[in-house]
Amino acid sequence: MPRPFTPKIITANDLLEGDVIYYTADNSWTREMSQAELIEDEAEAQLRLIEAEKDALRVVGIYLTDAKAGANGPEPTHFREDFRRTGPSNYRHGKQEAAANV
Amino acid sequence: MYKYNDFDTAFLEERNRQFRAQVERRIDGSLTEDEFKPLRLMNGLYLQLHAYMLRVAIPYGTLSANQMRQLALLAEKWDKGYGHFTTRQNIQYNWPKLKDVPDMLDALAEVNLHAIQTSGNTIRNVTADHFAGAAADEIEDPRPIAELIRQWSTDHPEFQFMGRKFKIAVSAGEKDRAVLKAHDLAVRIVRNDAGETGYQILVGGGLGRTPMIGKVLNDFVSQDDLLPYIESVVSVWNQHGRRDNKYKARIKITVHELGLDKIRELTEERFALVRPTFGGADLALFEEIKAHFANPAFRSGGTDAYEAAYQTDPVFRAWADTNLTAHKAANHSIVTISIKAHGQTPGDATAEQMRVMADLAEEYGYGELRISHEQNVILPHVHQNDLPAIHARLKEHGLATANIGLISDIIACPGMDYCALATARSIPVAQEIATRFDDLKLEHDVGHLQIKISGCINACGHHHVGHIGILGLDRAGVENYQITLGGDATETAAIGTRTGPGFAYDEIVPAVERIVLTYLDIRETEEETFLETYRRVGMDPFKAALYPASEKKVA
Repeated sequence: MPRPFTPKIITANDLLEGDVIYYTADNSWTREMSQAELIEDEAEAQLRLIEAEKDALRVVGIYLTDAKAGANGPEPTHFREDFRRTGPSNYRHGKQEAAANV
Repeated sequence: MYKYNDFDTAFLEERNRQFRAQVERRIDGSLTEDEFKPLRLMNGLYLQLHAYMLRVAIPYGTLSANQMRQLALLAEKWDKGYGHFTTRQNIQYNWPKLKDVPDMLDALAEVNLHAIQTSGNTIRNVTADHFAGAAADEIEDPRPIAELIRQWSTDHPEFQFMGRKFKIAVSAGEKDRAVLKAHDLAVRIVRNDAGETGYQILVGGGLGRTPMIGKVLNDFVSQDDLLPYIESVVSVWNQHGRRDNKYKARIKITVHELGLDKIRELTEERFALVRPTFGGADLALFEEIKAHFANPAFRSGGTDAYEAAYQTDPVFRAWADTNLTAHKAANHSIVTISIKAHGQTPGDATAEQMRVMADLAEEYGYGELRISHEQNVILPHVHQNDLPAIHARLKEHGLATANIGLISDIIACPGMDYCALATARSIPVAQEIATRFDDLKLEHDVGHLQIKISGCINACGHHHVGHIGILGLDRAGVENYQITLGGDATETAAIGTRTGPGFAYDEIVPAVERIVLTYLDIRETEEETFLETYRRVGMDPFKAALYPASEKKVA
């Protein structure tokens, strides 16, 4: 039996910076997972993925990944996506560095 | 050290010019990612978890002071002020921007460095004994052979799109410091009974998902035959290696499936065809290359300053006892600089530290540095009277950690903090083990113990050949760490044995502690190393310490 569908977000890396980015409900890309569109329906997820892939010339490695609804928007369900949205654990580089500079 | 001739310089300029144009075409949308990816990988550019990563080759681990300074410049100008030295004698920059990479490659070319074939299914950076040219036990410097192989394999038309990557290592002594037996092909310089120098060829070693120890394919290949012989081996594998399954594509599987004898027979057949195509240009080139690696004129003079510091300064003495190795020249030592201060990321050096090491090499070390597969930096030739001054400078820059060969001298791959392939983190595990044993003040008591950590089954962290190996996996969405014991990366190479079920992230450091305390308990003498104890008593006492509850069940 196929596994029940779990909510998804669309993520990728920015072509120029290499930074982790997420697809939003208004067909743009954000650096914050919390701003991503949480897709609750399987067929809709495939359609949104096709829409996102239109940006393949400036966005690399687009894929759907599991997420769950949180108080401030989508949150990761797997530790890999948690690291992607945060940055490495040995230095405060990546997104956590940007956050510290705000 | 090898200096580029006009051909080398022109080749690299052209190659960089091509890649610059490719990057431009990717950015303006003329190239898709599918088209661009093989091109960027050919030039060492990966896309990792958080950013691009540029892997720069340090051929056979040798750097000049100027090259090291240029690596520092790249770290500062285009990265976040540091670089990561890897287990294959490369340096990785974790944060370059795509548009900057062509400038980085041009800056590298200024000092005869490149990122060619540091990725992709080609012959990768040729690695060598990091003590080459300095070790007391070597027959001759293995680096000219490594440079010859580098030149032959660079852009070799037959070997640009193979079934999988191919890694070569070169060494020249009884002791194996280059993990020869974990390479697709290894060259060991030997002498036959007639006193002639030649090459023993090993094949089929490799770690990863199916670890294998390399086997001797040929006991003695003469100097004249070396390159055609290697070309024949790679060619045979390129033809017979499996392309239906990437996990079975490396030569270790080909050797395993066809058998060593069959590989030898096919190699001989191929060699008969290949040998006549080598007209002697390779030998002329080899002679030319050799001249570049002549030893410097080693200084003479007494060692009174060294002796005095050794007697009076316990911190210097502790460092000298762990970080120095015997040199072939009188009154000289090989200095290993630990870039593994307790709690730091194994293999990382800041731009400032790189410059300090470059300065020291220039002032005291005949301008030479080496990078080891163990992720440390080496000053290969140092007069012993200069050691106290070097140590004092290293101390000022967090580079004087006295831990070479000890429990905190850990090999760790970047793991899930950076790597897109990783299934778990490695770096924080290494940091915590080092910090824990430093707090316990047990490190020097424990003695020689190599811990090697990989964050996935591909084994960049060499966990299979660690005395204690740690493999990070994803078990149902949670990091889980398997332990192996009894691995050995030297001439007595062995693959470690799994202890049993893995440990959660917050259980792995205590588990390692239990293993080490068990060793301290059961070793026969203080001189018996962890590996010797393990070989004497086997797995049982360590298993009992790791899994006390399950042992009760069995009892």
